[in-house]
This record gives sequence, structure tokens and C-alpha cells, in this order.
Amino acid sequence: MNKTGIGQRVRRLEDPRLVHGKSRYIGDIKVAGMRDVAFLRSPLAHALIKGVKKPAGYENQVICAEDLNGVRPIRAESTLPSFRNSEQWPLAKEKVRFAGEPIVMCIARNRAEAEDLVELVEVDLEALSPVITPDQAKDNKGDRLHEHWPDNMFLDFTIGKDMPDIRDRADVVVKREYDTGRQVMNPMEGKGVVAWWDSQAEQLIVNTSTQVPHLIRSGLADCLGLSPDLVRVITPEVGGGFGYKCVLQPEEILVAWLAYERRGAFRWLEDRREHLTAGANTREHHYSVTAYADKRGRLLGLDAEVTVNVGAYSVWPFTAGLEAAQAGGNLPGPYAFDHYRCHVMATASNKPPFTPYRGVARPGVCFAMELTIDAIARAVGREAWEVRAENLVPAASMPYQNVTNKQYDSGNYPESLRLAKDAIRFDEVRQRQKTPEPDGRLIGVGFATFTEQSAHGTQVFAQWGLPLVPGYDEARIKLTPDGGVEVAAGIANIGQGIQTTLAQIASEILSIPTDRIRVSLGDTTTTPFSTGAYASRGIVMSGGAVSRAAEGLAERIRTLAAHRLECNASEIRLEDGEIHGPNGTLGFNELAISWYRRPDQLPAGDGNTGLEYTAFYKPRVDTGVFSYATHAVVVSVDPQTGKTELLDYAITEDCGRIVNPMIVDGQAIGGTAQGIGSALYEEVIYDERGQPLNSTLADYHLPGAAEVPHIRVQHMETLSPHTAHGIKGVGEGGAIAPGGAVINAINDALSAMGVEISRIPATADHVLQAIERRKTQKTLTSQHSSEEQQNEARAV
Amino acid sequence: MKPVRFDYVAARDSAEAVQLLRQHGDEAKCIAGGQSLGPMLNLRLARPSVLVDLHRAEDLRLTEQRSDSIVYGSTQRHAEFEDGLVPDATNGLLRTVASRLAYRAIRNRGTLGGSIAHADPAADWIGVMVGLDATYRLLGADGLREVSSTEFMSAAFMTRLGAGEILCGISVPRLSKAARWGYYRYSRKSSGFSEATGIVVADPERGYCRVVLGALDIPPVALEQVANALAEKGVDEAIACTGEAVNEMLAGYSDAKRQLFTVVVRRALEQIGEKQ
Ligand SMILES: Cc1cc2nc3c(=O)[nH]c(=O)nc-3n(C[C@H](O)[C@H](O)[C@H](O)COP(=O)(O)OP(=O)(O)OC[C@H]3O[C@@H](n4cnc5c(N)ncnc54)[C@H](O)[C@@H]3O)c2cc1C
Repeated sequence: MNKTGIGQRVRRLEDPRLVHGKSRYIGDIKVAGMRDVAFLRSPLAHALIKGVKKPAGYENQVICAEDLNGVRPIRAESTLPSFRNSEQWPLAKEKVRFAGEPIVMCIARNRAEAEDLVELVEVDLEALSPVITPDQAKDNKGDRLHEHWPDNMFLDFTIGKDMPDIRDRADVVVKREYDTGRQVMNPMEGKGVVAWWDSQAEQLIVNTSTQVPHLIRSGLADCLGLSPDLVRVITPEVGGGFGYKCVLQPEEILVAWLAYERRGAFRWLEDRREHLTAGANTREHHYSVTAYADKRGRLLGLDAEVTVNVGAYSVWPFTAGLEAAQAGGNLPGPYAFDHYRCHVMATASNKPPFTPYRGVARPGVCFAMELTIDAIARAVGREAWEVRAENLVPAASMPYQNVTNKQYDSGNYPESLRLAKDAIRFDEVRQRQKTPEPDGRLIGVGFATFTEQSAHGTQVFAQWGLPLVPGYDEARIKLTPDGGVEVAAGIANIGQGIQTTLAQIASEILSIPTDRIRVSLGDTTTTPFSTGAYASRGIVMSGGAVSRAAEGLAERIRTLAAHRLECNASEIRLEDGEIHGPNGTLGFNELAISWYRRPDQLPAGDGNTGLEYTAFYKPRVDTGVFSYATHAVVVSVDPQTGKTELLDYAITEDCGRIVNPMIVDGQAIGGTAQGIGSALYEEVIYDERGQPLNSTLADYHLPGAAEVPHIRVQHMETLSPHTAHGIKGVGEGGAIAPGGAVINAINDALSAMGVEISRIPATADHVLQAIERRKTQKTLTSQHSSEEQQNEARAV
Repeated sequence: MKPVRFDYVAARDSAEAVQLLRQHGDEAKCIAGGQSLGPMLNLRLARPSVLVDLHRAEDLRLTEQRSDSIVYGSTQRHAEFEDGLVPDATNGLLRTVASRLAYRAIRNRGTLGGSIAHADPAADWIGVMVGLDATYRLLGADGLREVSSTEFMSAAFMTRLGAGEILCGISVPRLSKAARWGYYRYSRKSSGFSEATGIVVADPERGYCRVVLGALDIPPVALEQVANALAEKGVDEAIACTGEAVNEMLAGYSDAKRQLFTVVVRRALEQIGEKQ
């Protein structure tokens, strides 16, 4: 058996350098003569720029929009219906549209001096009325963000049709409003870029902490008006991406422009405060959901409205439309029902430009859908898990086309729920709830089941209207003179372990152990094209390309080895790190020596052989492949303080063929930790002027080690019929479900009090206020049924 | 987030620190563990031109044992209390407080005196010291003076420290063997700054009883009514009157805040009950 092939618990190849602090991030790159930049960022959310006064004697070190000759704005057009585009100048021109938007760039010998310079610049701003909430945008009362628009809407369209019959037929109607707070992604390493001009290569070299080096090359070339071959983008070690680093950022353009213009080396390293303010760009959704069900709780139809508060600009290449469009398309989740309508809106506001974050839209839709399922269960008086199980797409229906035409390829969704229910020891929890806790806390248990559409293909992205549509991923593979392997792929290593898993796939096919396989990634000159690491696509797309390339190389090895081993190529097997023929065995190094040093041992003149191979891959279908999982959680809620504690957490997930179980566990656990942040802690609070109020980590609460419980992960392994090896993506799933599962558990705990939480983060303050409100309400309206109860039980 | 340019001097002892502060006047600031000042420097909220480092001043690290009190040096670190490396005047209260304050990395550097001088209302020591009726020793150009912990903090981040004065010692009365304390600290995240703290110290032998609300946005507040009830009628009575006392004291605060402070005081009182 191949000990380092697919399915093996291979230790991550990247960990020794990471754990020993020996790797090289953007902040570790030193270039002679390198200068630092710092930005003067807008203190106001919405204002006209009346003037910028540079300090005397520093004109050359202080750059404003007018100085950026040749630079074009970021324009990310979407072909979605009703979409309106924005122009984002890397340094604000005439107007600022969010607090934290760069207005002036200052250059100095080091960051401290650059910040000194920032303090000397005078900017004259005339405040406009800010648009902060989606309601303000919809009212169209405040000033318009983009003057040429008639209002403040990026997107406004409806999918599906009204469902009058269902409305009449339903036994139960459940109406709910849900909110998810605006968040900051907070990778451990912030954004950063170091760029210089390489006179030998005659190229602009841009080292940037990104998930998508090949895309950034295209984006930079567009915005700088350069031919792409003049730009080389290199990804060093990346300390977390999460989506934050998969879009072209203004600072990237600015530092690259400086390096090109001045033929020097320049650097920008984002600090945490910049990140927490100018990077407050994700997750803010509002839902209004009406669900129709029969008296058993079987969903008949869903009529919904989704609003995403996008912020000021459309990001390149994912646009201001992707999140809302995906929310509208994915809200039905893993459930089988036939009637669906969704009014999809993306509103502009004076906040940083919305960027998709791990899970893209699905943490929001999963939260909304999973709370709705539980609300239906309460309305029909049944256990939520039962109602959930009966609504999930049954295994027998696979492959299944859902109400928004998603092609669920394979799996057993109800089984994942059943396994998670067992893992969390559901019956014991129900038993425990019968006796009050000695310390007065309330116990609750909750579930969330979801699908994770991964490796979306060309058609899916084209439907989302992106300006840049991903297609084939490429990989190159080579047998080196010492019998080792070099793999090159254009995807970026962002901490997800892709270096290891790509090596495992190559190892699976060639039988060469991973410690002889060198994987290089993320450099537009040395690696073939990939659109990059996002949307849970790496292991399917790059993995598929590596698989194909390794097959190609194996074929060439067999062809050449056939001469040495005096047999037919078809008789040769690659096993246990050696090349076996019917009459003998050859080391990979021996074959390599023949090719590289002793070609006289090989027959003359077959131009099609060679020990290097490049392959191009996309799955057989373009509709993506669907991983899925159920999260189950037990919480305690202290009704006197509102504080929630997670007592137990179990996940049952299925991502098709598992390449490395330890890495899949790591993805599930890490994603869940982030999801717990969304569920309970993280939110950027804005005042009515559009000022972000929590601009340090003392105020923006991330879950720490003590807040994340031990998470138990169980695997199912249903192969995808569409991909190489049956692999599905798994990078995002963990982050999708915690909001739904944790709040369902909180609501289970609070159900006796008649309290229902419907927003995340469910901070202790928020829960306590909900409890207090309910108490006052009860005393006020003890004889009436409360207005907040939104279930209508119909006479049957 | 880099500080403005500053000069740095390390004082050899408290006298030199005071002298350096006088020499540099308003422009100078002292630094102890740097765990509060560091972020303020980086955010450019503090812009001193000279930093006078106290952590090399040996006399500020000494503990003085007296019959009725222990005087702690101001630059003794949170971790030293947590690890039991300094004598304890309080039957374990100081150690408990230290072990829940921030994270270990911060406790390794942060100091008792730095925390008190910083006077962040959310900080832990500043309320606990009021609960213990500690006295602070301040050293300035005009010599040494003492200020009671109940009077030291005048408002959030404001104290009675005069210009050029340093806090050099914290005198904590010794609790008698039979004394009991309760300490309940509510924070959203474990080790985050407290959002509501209840501190109860009852030492009947010394005729001392105090109940304190910590982590408000103002200096710590003593609830005399509750303390009297505890001293005279016992824990249950004290718990019973807590809600009203808190509501009265925090009249201007939200219902949720009042509820939270009531809860933390009750839970601190319950600990006293359990120890009985
Ligand atoms: C992430 C984080 C979490 C934290 N959590 C908590 C918490 O939960 N609870 C809590 O109580 N604290 C917390 N802190 C604060 C921490 O305890 C600090 O160590 C403490 O508040 C300041 O002590 P320091 O010695 O570091 O003082 P420094 O930062 O060096 O100084 C603080 C201020 O006091 C002045 N000063 C220092 N020493 C003296 C002196 N002897 N005389 C006069 N002035 C002086 C300085 O000039 C400065 O203005 C936290 C800090 C961080 C960074």
C-alpha cells in the first residue's frame, strides 16, 4: 500500500517550517532600499474631498489621487440583472465613501516615519449624510453614494414565482426576520505587499499575500495599464486568506504603481487597526422569511427576501452581486421542496466593500434556513431533528436537482443528521433537561445541516455574472534527475495544507513518497495558470490537474522504461516507489539518469516523450459538487447574564474521497471556530455617522482557545461521480453551520421562557436583553398572546 | 500603528525615577509592564517624548511585611501573585484575582502598580483594592504621601497622582484567619476585560465588611447597605437587598446592566455563604 497516497494521514509538509517560525511571509521579505508606505485614511464615512494639502518639502513622498498617472479605477461589472457598477479609485478621488478609505499615500524610510508624515497632511472634507443600514439605502433618503445612480441599490431582482396555491394549502405559516452582523475576517497575518522593479527581467515583481496570484496579475495589469507579461506576482507564505485576500485591493495597486513608476522597492503591511476598520467588509445580511408547511412540518414553499449590505464598491473580480445572488440561490439548502421565491437585494452603504468570506453567503442562508426549520418544528409541536430529517433530500433521490436547479451529486444527508444526533447523545441531553441545573443555567441542543457547494464550475460563475470566469486549472509535473518529483500549480498555499494534499495525489499515482515530492505554488512566472484558492475549489481543481498531470507523466515513464526493461509500456506498473516490468525493476532515479545524463541508453528520436507533463483539468460537469454536513451542539445559557457556553460539539461531514483525514479535520475545526465567532462574538458596530466603534481587538471579540470547545468530527465518504478520485471541496464547510446550530441550541434552552433569538452574534448582552424584554412583555400582556409570536396556526 | 519617536531611560531606583520625571516634565511618562501603555503608544494616543522605565528600579520590586499589612512593590507582576511568589495578605484573594486577569502573556509583564496607576475602570486590581481598603504610597519630588484606595481614582483613567509622582507601594491590610471573601467577575470571553465584577470582603474579627461593584465606567462603587446587611444579618439578607441597592446606585444605567451587576454581587455573596 502507498503510505503517502490518497486517504493517508500524512503529516503536513508545510508544518515544520511554520511551527518553527522559519517560513517567509510578506513581513519577512527584505529588499535593499525598500521604503514603507502608510495611508491617510478617511476619518469620515461619506464626504466630499475639498482639498489635500501636502506638507512643504515632502511633495514627492506624499501621493494623492491626482498624482496617479496612468492608474485606472477598479471596476467589477456583473452581468446579473439590475446590477449597477461602481468605480473605486485606489486613492479616493473627489469623494470618500467609507471611514478608512485611503486618500493619501505617504512614503518614508520606515512605517513610523511614514505615519509621522501622514499626520502632517491636511485634508479638507465636507461631510455628506451617510448611508449605514440597508433600510436607509432602500428608503433612498440619504445622499447617494454613486452620483450617477438613481438610488443606492447595487442589485434588486426576484427569482421564482409567487405561490398562491401553497399559501392556501399550508397548515402552518412561519414568518421570521433574521440578521447577521457585519464582520471582519481577521486572518492572523493581515494583508501585505512588497513590490519592486527587476531590471534584469524587466518586470514588475509584486510579492503579495494573496489567494489568487494569477488573478492579481490580470487585475494589476488592467488597473496599471500594463501588459500582463510585465507583471510577475509571487505569493509568499500566506497567514490565512478566508476570502479577504481573494480580491484585488487598492493598496496592491498603489504599491505596485509606486514600484513601477519609481523603479524602486516599496512595502505596505496592513496593521490590525486598518484591518478592523477598512477591512470590515463581510457577512452583513438581512432575511425576511415566510415558510409554508403541512401539519407534520413538511416544507411546501418558501417565500423570502434577502438583503446584503454590500458597502461602498464592487470588488474585483467577485463583484458586489455575488454574495446576494448566491444567498438567493442557496437559501433552500439541503431541503427538498418545490416552491420558492426570493427577492434579492444588495444595497450600497458607507462601509468597506463587501468581500466574500469563508462560506460565502451560506453561513447567512444556513442560519436563516436552520432557524426556520426549528421554528416550523415548534409550530407543529415536533422535535426539530425529526422535521429536519423529513425535509432533507433523501439519499434515494440522488442525484437531485433542487428548486434553484442546483445539482446535488451524491450523499446521504439524513444519515449525517442521524449520526450527528447520536454523536451528541441527544437522548441524554433531553433527559438532562428534565432536572433543573443546580447553578440555574439552561441546557439546549441544536442542529444545522447544510450543503457546501464546492468547486463551482465555469457555468456557475458565469451565471453569477463575474467579469472573470474560472475554467481549467493547470498543473505541471516533472521527474527530476534524482528520481524525485516536482509539481507546480498556480493555486496559492494559504495555510490550508494544499502543498501536502497535492503531493499525496501525485504520490498516489506515481507511488513515489511525498517526501520526494516538491510542490511549488502561486507564482505567475514559475507555475501554470489557476484562478486560485477560494470557493472550496483547490483540491478538486488543482488536485484534478495534478492527478491528470501525474497520469500523463506516468504514461511517459512507462514508455521510456519499456525500453530499459525490455517489455511493453502497458506491462509496466509503478509501485512502492519503483518501476516494475515482467523481467525486472528499475528505480525512478535510474530512469531519470537515462533521460537526463545517458540518453544514449534510450532509443533515438521520439519527440513526444520526456519526463515532464502539463495537464489541464475541470470536472466533467460545471455545476459544482456538493459536500454536506450536520453540526450538533449542546449549550448552556445563563439566564441571569445571557452568556452562552458550548458544552459539546459534534460534526458529521462528507466531502467525498478524503485525501488526508487530518487536514479535513483541521478544516472542519478551524472553520467551526470562525463560525463560533460569527455565532456568539464578532460584530463591527457602527454609529449613526458610519464610524466603526470597535477598532481594536479589545473591542472586536474573537473567540479564543477557551471559547472553542473540543470538536468531534466524524466522516462519511460518498464519492462524487463527477471529479477525479471522487473528491469534493471542504475548505468552507466548518464556518457555515455554527450560527444555525448554536442559535438553535440557545433557542432550545430558552424555549420554556418563550424567548427566541433571531440574530447573530448572539452576544450575552443581546440574549439578556431578549430575556428581559420577554419578562416585561409577559407582565404587560399576560392575557393576550404576544405580538412577537409570529406563527399562525391555521384551522385544519 | 507605530509610536511617535521617543527617548528611553531606565531608572535604577524610585528616587531616580522621580528625578527623571521632574527633569523631563510634562513630556515624560513612566512605563512599568507596558501592557496598557504599549498599545496607547502604538495607537499614538500617548505621545511622550521620554519614557522612564521603572522595571529596573529594584526598590519598587520589594515586599515589606508588617504586622497588620503587607506593602507590595508597585512593579510586582500579576504573574508573581498568580504563582504565589509574593506573600499573601488576603487568604488567597490576590492570587485568585491575578490568575483571572487577562492572559498569561500579559500577566508575565503587567504590574500591580501599572494597573492601578492606569485606572482603567474595567481593570481588576483597582476594584479589589477598594474592597480590601488598601492604601497607596506615592513618591514625588516633595517626598512620600499616602492616599486611600477609595479616594485614589477620581474618574475613568484619572487619579490623584500628582505631576511627576509615581506609585511606589500598595499597602494591603492583612485579613484575619476567619475572614472570607467573594469575587465574581463576568466577562464575555474568559480572560477578557471584566464587564461587571462583584467583590465582597468580610472580616468580622476586624469589624470590617465591604461590598464593591467593579468594572463600571466610573471608579469602583461600595454598596454600604449590602455590606451592613451582611455584617449584621448574614448572607441571605445581603443577597436579598442587593437588587434594590444596585438599582438605586446605578439608577442611570440600562436594565440589563443593573441586572448584570446585581447578579455578580449576589454570586460573590453566595461564595461567602459557601465558605461559611
Ligand atoms: C489584551 C489585554 C488584556 C488585558 N486584560 C486585563 C484584564 O482582564 N484585567 C485587568 O485588570 N487588566 C487587563 N489588562 C491590562 C494589564 O493588566 C496591564 O498590565 C495593566 O493594566 C497595566 O500595567 P503595566 O505594568 O503594564 O503598566 P504600563 O502599561 O507600563 O503603564 C500604564 C500606565 O500607568 C502608568 N504607570 C505605570 N506604573 C506606574 C507607577 N508605578 N507609578 C505611576 N504611574 C505608573 C504609566 O505611565 C501608564 O500611563 C489587559 C491588557 C491587555 C493588553
